[in-house]
Amino acid sequence: MSRPRPGRWALAALPLSFLGVFFLWPLVSIVWTGLAPGGVFDPSAFGKVLGNGSLLDVVWFTLWQATLSTALTLVVALPGAYVFARYDFPGKRLLRAAATIPFVLPTMVAGTAFLALIGPNGALGVRLDGTVTAILLAHVFFNYAVVLRTVGGLWSHLDPRLEEAARALGASRWRTFTSVTLPLLRPAIAAAASIVFLFTFTSFGIVLILGGAGLATLEVEIYRQTSTLFDLPVAAVLAILQLVGVTAVLLAYSRYQERNAVEQSLRPAAETSRRPRGARERVMVGGVLSSMALLLGAPPTVLVQRSLSTGDGWGLGFYRALGEQGRTAAQFVDAGEAVRNSLGFAVAATVIALVIGLTAAAVVSAGRGRSSRWFDSLLMLPLGTSAVTIGFGFIVALDAPVDLRASAWLIPLAHSLVAIPFVVRSVVPVMRSVRARLREAAAVLGASPRRVWREIDLPIVSRAAAVGAGFAMAVSLGEFGATAFVARPDTPTMPVAIFRYLGRPGEINFGRAMAMSVILMVVTAAAVALIERFRAPGLGEF
Amino acid sequence: MLAVLGASIRFGDLAAVDGVSLSVADGEVLALLGPSGSGKTTLLRAIAGLQSLDHGSVLWDGDDLGPVPAHRRGFGLVFQDFALFPHLDVGRNVEFGLKMQGVDPLDRRRRASAALDQVELAGFERRKVATLSGGQQQRVALARALAAGPRMILLDEPLGSLDRALRERLTGDLRALLARPGLTALYVTHDQAEAFAIADRVAIIDRGRIVQRGTPEEVWRRPSTAFVADFLGFRTVVDVMVSSGVADAGPFGRIPVTGVSDGPAMAVIRPDALAIDPAGHLDAVVQTVAFRGSHCLVTLRLGTVVAEAQERRAPPLGARVRLSLDPNGVVVLGSETPPI
Repeated sequence: MSRPRPGRWALAALPLSFLGVFFLWPLVSIVWTGLAPGGVFDPSAFGKVLGNGSLLDVVWFTLWQATLSTALTLVVALPGAYVFARYDFPGKRLLRAAATIPFVLPTMVAGTAFLALIGPNGALGVRLDGTVTAILLAHVFFNYAVVLRTVGGLWSHLDPRLEEAARALGASRWRTFTSVTLPLLRPAIAAAASIVFLFTFTSFGIVLILGGAGLATLEVEIYRQTSTLFDLPVAAVLAILQLVGVTAVLLAYSRYQERNAVEQSLRPAAETSRRPRGARERVMVGGVLSSMALLLGAPPTVLVQRSLSTGDGWGLGFYRALGEQGRTAAQFVDAGEAVRNSLGFAVAATVIALVIGLTAAAVVSAGRGRSSRWFDSLLMLPLGTSAVTIGFGFIVALDAPVDLRASAWLIPLAHSLVAIPFVVRSVVPVMRSVRARLREAAAVLGASPRRVWREIDLPIVSRAAAVGAGFAMAVSLGEFGATAFVARPDTPTMPVAIFRYLGRPGEINFGRAMAMSVILMVVTAAAVALIERFRAPGLGEF
Repeated sequence: MLAVLGASIRFGDLAAVDGVSLSVADGEVLALLGPSGSGKTTLLRAIAGLQSLDHGSVLWDGDDLGPVPAHRRGFGLVFQDFALFPHLDVGRNVEFGLKMQGVDPLDRRRRASAALDQVELAGFERRKVATLSGGQQQRVALARALAAGPRMILLDEPLGSLDRALRERLTGDLRALLARPGLTALYVTHDQAEAFAIADRVAIIDRGRIVQRGTPEEVWRRPSTAFVADFLGFRTVVDVMVSSGVADAGPFGRIPVTGVSDGPAMAVIRPDALAIDPAGHLDAVVQTVAFRGSHCLVTLRLGTVVAEAQERRAPPLGARVRLSLDPNGVVVLGSETPPI
């Protein structure tokens, strides 16, 4: 019953042109670079990739390590999801929050932590860096929370009486699980599996650090082709292959969900869980929880512990070394500068993401039609695109009409692209919850349209915007894939600094990498704490 | 005084409000009574300024409110779902209108407390809206509308989302509040008992048109159309043939009527018109008996027609009884539409 508002699509112009220039145009440029490197159609770069055994090996490795990582993560995390869904135990909320930490850790921090654990002189005493095992372990570590939250979330709302009904009809525990529980969980398992597959398919930082010289995913190979071999057409073809793969997974997933949607009557989580009873259940719950704590807790703990243990006992030696090395090292990395850069870029990326994201959210939440849904999907696209593709796209696209490639602004711009979907998803549900009725009630009480916005919309939405800002901060602080492409030598961020320390020999440099990782971990944790502080119960989609 | 003249609102092909005229005098409570979808809420929103009219006008003391936006009309509005601001506590919700008027904070707080006092929620200022029960929310919404000192208050099914028992209790409270001298109100509802209990006058709306208006008693005694009779719950409507002051009502016999022109017509036989009476002239069979507390509602079959009667004592099912008919309880439809 509201009047048509021509202003809405004028408002959409800002996010549309932003995404057009900084997302779609770079993607088009990549395709162009791959198909017509010299300006005319010339598919020779494709031939170069398809005829090159080692490049085909990269494609093959990317696929099978992602598949294996996904399967492993599901197998390892499903018991955890079960225990969190069906049992109550002291400290459950805290443990669940802690289990999410690895997911928000910057890849460089996780990579460094795994090196501290299983790298040279690792705490475990076995050296696994450079092996697939290390990569798989790190992928499970990273994505455990995805399965725990997605599958465990649905599991905790499944009606336990369905399982009881199956048991009463004569099904064994195992039959009940395979014929009732598992089919009901299928949508959540499919969702978690696609997310984990996408993340591991486009894994960059972890493979770069733990894969050594021998193992490379498409992401890593795109980076190598660009930064060391300067073969942009081949990099572009690899990026196109990856885009095709990502799109195929997303399409398969949405088709699967459409075909297999099951109406379920869900129960409140509090009704479906109980304290473990009897020795058997207690041992099972205890075992699952302690192995989870070991898997997720060991890498960060060892990282902190080893960053504080210098050759001669406990101390802040590595942290002090962060400030000293400039005078001696040939490749100068100013740690203070990196921290300042990271914080500055994070603030800039957050501001950009908030401006674009809030405008976009206002457009999305005002409409319900087909155009709104298309616009909404367009906004989510950067999330499905790998960071390396975004960074690479910037390099090949943003040289004309103004050459932006040397600008430090590229870093916050790239970060904000990844952050915008988080802002939109945090804010849209809350904006939609500001019902037209509330605005009408305020108007009838004497509030002018501008006053309505200030008194009603702004206060309600600002909390959600703070959550979005926290996500944007966390994303920007830890972002490495796009940054690796667009960061100039004199503007390193904290993840870039960690990567440079890791690339240099000597225990002191590894110590610096660990010290910087701990600092980055603490700063990111602060941003995440901001999110938890402002998250409204029951609203928001993350 | 509020006047609505020839108001029409169309949504596509649907005439939601179709040439409605009505007026509410200062200090009067008018109920707009109609089934859901009859256009009553749309009309209320138009009066509040939340919906524009396609034709006609809304006047206040003779001034056209057409160009006046909702926030300058100075009306209070109570929504069916209350629309309390979830980010503000009870006190700030009630203060909202005064804040918009620029009243200073101290005065605001005092007047908000007074308004909460009126709805018997004294001391609720710092409570969160989400912690209130449905009935409490309803009263906060009312206090919020009253506190701003509106020149008229519009209520859109204010009890509609509450359960029956609470609704009946709050109807009395609402009547007392709205009966305060000088308070002008337009009360939209689909519940005739609510409308009759609260309003000085009632206007009945059907498919966007006002079909009858009058005091509750007038409307109840003389429903003007079959729709109104049915809407008010009168189930016994029969075809009659009128000739020279007598209506031939088939199994109900010949009934004297006044002011009705000759020819075919329809008549309502109100439940209070029929009584089981051994001396009566009508034969009937008891079909069902529904216990209603103070009385029983008895359905009776007279030949091919079914009628309802109110009885103090329940007759046995299937019993053959004799009925007497009070001609004052028979209304020939369309005969006496009161002037607008």
